Amino acid sequence: MSSQVRFTDFKSDKQPTWCPGCGDFGTMNGMMKALAETGNDPDNTFVVAGIGCSGKIGTYMHSYAIHGVHGRALPVGAGVKMANPELEVMVAGGDGDGYSIGAGHFVHAVRRNVDMSYVVMDNRIYGLTKGQASPTSREDFETATTPEGPKQPPVNPLALALASGATFIAQSFSSDALRHQEIVQKAIEHDGFGFVNVFSPCVTFNDVDTYDYFRDSLVDLADEDYDPHDREAAKDRVLDAEKEYMGVLYQDEDSVSYESQHGLDSPMHEIDDGAPEGAMDLVREFY
Amino acid sequence: MPADFNWAIGGEAGDGIDSTGKIFAQALSRAGRHVFTSKDFASRIRGGYTAYKVRTSVEDIQSVVDRLDVLIALTPRTIEENLDELHEGSVIIYDGERTTMQDVEIPEGMVGLNVPLKGLAEEAGGAIMRNVVALGAACAVTNFPIENLDSSLKKRFGDKGQAIVDNNKKAARKGLEYVEEEYDEEDLDYDLDTTDNDYVLLNGDEAIGMGAIAAGCKFYAGYPITPATDVMTYLTGRIERFGGHVVQAEDELAAINLALGAARSGARSMTATSGPGIDLMTETFGLVATSETPLVICDVMRSGPSTGMPTKQEQGDLNTLLHGGHGEVPRFILAPTTVAECFWKTVEAFNLAEQYQTPVYLTSDLALAVTEQTFEPDAFDMDAVEIERGNVVDEESIGDHQTEQEQFKPHELTDDGVSPRAFPGTAGGAHMSTGLEHDELGRRTEDTEMRVKQVDKRDRKVETAREREDWSPREFGNSDAENLVVSWGSNEGALVEALAFLEEDGVDVRVLSVPYIFPRPDLSEEFEAAEEVVVVECNATGQFADVLEHDTLTRVKRINKYNGVRFKADELATDIKETLSA
Ligand SMILES: Cc1ncc(C[n+]2csc(CCOP(=O)(O)OP(=O)(O)O)c2C)c(N)n1
Ligand code: SF4
Repeated sequence: MSSQVRFTDFKSDKQPTWCPGCGDFGTMNGMMKALAETGNDPDNTFVVAGIGCSGKIGTYMHSYAIHGVHGRALPVGAGVKMANPELEVMVAGGDGDGYSIGAGHFVHAVRRNVDMSYVVMDNRIYGLTKGQASPTSREDFETATTPEGPKQPPVNPLALALASGATFIAQSFSSDALRHQEIVQKAIEHDGFGFVNVFSPCVTFNDVDTYDYFRDSLVDLADEDYDPHDREAAKDRVLDAEKEYMGVLYQDEDSVSYESQHGLDSPMHEIDDGAPEGAMDLVREFY
Repeated sequence: MPADFNWAIGGEAGDGIDSTGKIFAQALSRAGRHVFTSKDFASRIRGGYTAYKVRTSVEDIQSVVDRLDVLIALTPRTIEENLDELHEGSVIIYDGERTTMQDVEIPEGMVGLNVPLKGLAEEAGGAIMRNVVALGAACAVTNFPIENLDSSLKKRFGDKGQAIVDNNKKAARKGLEYVEEEYDEEDLDYDLDTTDNDYVLLNGDEAIGMGAIAAGCKFYAGYPITPATDVMTYLTGRIERFGGHVVQAEDELAAINLALGAARSGARSMTATSGPGIDLMTETFGLVATSETPLVICDVMRSGPSTGMPTKQEQGDLNTLLHGGHGEVPRFILAPTTVAECFWKTVEAFNLAEQYQTPVYLTSDLALAVTEQTFEPDAFDMDAVEIERGNVVDEESIGDHQTEQEQFKPHELTDDGVSPRAFPGTAGGAHMSTGLEHDELGRRTEDTEMRVKQVDKRDRKVETAREREDWSPREFGNSDAENLVVSWGSNEGALVEALAFLEEDGVDVRVLSVPYIFPRPDLSEEFEAAEEVVVVECNATGQFADVLEHDTLTRVKRINKYNGVRFKADELATDIKETLSA
């Protein structure tokens, strides 16, 4: 669309009720900038949000949007895009929303490879329900519902995505504004399912996976000689138990989106006044 | 000799019972005979008894009866299972050379035709055609012109090549000739007349799929479940010809959410499932209603609870459809009463969904889903299909529905409860939809006044529809009769045929078949005018009877069947007589 679109056009006039300092502010800003930068405007953009603090993002942004039920944002996004491939579809939610209640949909959304982007605000905790363990919480992370820690290994979303056949896997950090925007932009531009796990710290309930922790520990793949098209290299990185990475970990250059594969190229909202032409043939089939 | 004729083919699942039955049913239909089929099947793919039954007549038929004139038995169990429907003079066609059929005893008074099905099939080109040999034999028994079978065989095997079609034709003739040579004609005194009519033969699931396409449905997402799967099967490969798309989702949660997404894009969309799937969809159902998204959700009921009896008939989901979901959610519930009505109610469901921006439950049942029935083709007259899209705004008219800050109001408080709808992509229409309570802009609110206004607005749509649309029941029998019989769903056919039996016995009844469950017609006057009211349904507790008692403050009598088998006309007539005199 037009170059006059500024990222603030994607802002609604609702003031976020996130806690001051919440990582979701930075995550959202990067998303809005990436959308504007890739030539979209609010009227051709559809944002699907999950449930959680992260899911409130749909309210603070301005576009066509739906705030769904817990864990089901991905199929909604796929439905939106299949029915109107001209829309830019972005799905956003939390780690609980995406990898716990919605884990099944995550695997299948990856496989389906609909051309949309999926941004997960991973704070390794349930924020909105006030601080319970999430599927990405550490094994020994103590919360009210896991006083001795969950005692089970965290889900590895990047590995899960790779194993499910992902065509685009990235990880970013909400407070590294430029890199975050750049990574989301690549997810948008990818022809297929662009998955970005964003470390988006919860300053209220998570005192382990903090800004400082991520700032100190994240390794930026941009600083290495890394080829994101090399699936073997991606495998090593996503399974690396010692380090966490930022950047595009994997991109399949040959990715063909679901819509292209199924010849979905025009919006489905136009329909005839009566039965479609040739519909009587449907009856004749039963002779 | 009876005016209607009943035959069946039965064996083990995997014996090709279904396709063989269908070949003959289609041949009958093309020969201008009415056909009504039913199936006995178990929830397994191989092994286990299964049968395809066909009732046929030159007159219109809408139900099954407890009688079998010709039975093609591929296993001994087929005879056992149908003993009480067989009668003196019934013909049983079997292959005495088949290992399991060697010791078969034909019951007293019946005619056994021992036909070497496999041997003759091999002569024609392959053992696989033994069922077709049996159909040829059945033609000999019934004097049904075998040429009528040919076009059916062509339809079934045409894409496998002319040679296969020819072999099958040959196989059928071998069966025919064998019977003509080996048996006396006097023993086989059935005559299947043909007419010049050309009927179409289809089942309820197919009619729903066809109705969806006719109504401009473009998007279908579903997850396989008996007996709803045929809706998806029908649409697959067909809806694409009309610019649509079918997705097999990972589960029902995904199915309804995919459909919701497509509906928000502006596509007419639908999902279909059965009871267990409806349970899974219930949470999102609330979101669909609150976000005021037009969506058709089809529930092809089967026997519950839990996985119940998945291949058996029941109308047990009514309470769930009426009340399912937390909180209070406006909805429409349509329940087609015949296979043809499956088509028309589907069209109506899409219109109501878009006109009122509300989810519509379209509820059919197993009996409708697996029953194939003949109709005059114009029972599906596509020219009569009308499309009502409701209040859709475009770039020009959107200004009328914006705030001073040019924000679009997707939940505008209107007199009729229906708000404007902007398809994504419409300039100036960007807005948020949510399952949270919201204001006119779609933004979350906990404001007490707005909460009440939005709840009332959504309810007002139902009230508006109640006044605007026609919710009349379908009426049969004598409208002045003192006895009133009320039914919903698939029982209509059996009930209409039961009228003839009742008339013979001098019992005069008025029948109301109700296709609208919510909103539903107010039957107070009809109830008052009646001496006795009986409500007929396939469930144990009388769920529809309960709501009618609640509506009319009148006690009703009930006929409930919940053994997994649909009502039969003769049986229902007896039940009605007994209930009325009780
Ligand atoms: C079916 C259902 N179960 C539970 C909830 C309650 N719930 C709301 S948000 C949430 C967890 C959110 O965690 P996450 O996705 O990590 O998001 P965050 O709040 O941390 O951003 C839960 C369990 C719900 N809304 N729906
Ligand atoms: S609770 Fe945590 S995740 Fe939620 S808004 Fe506050 S800081 Fe952000």
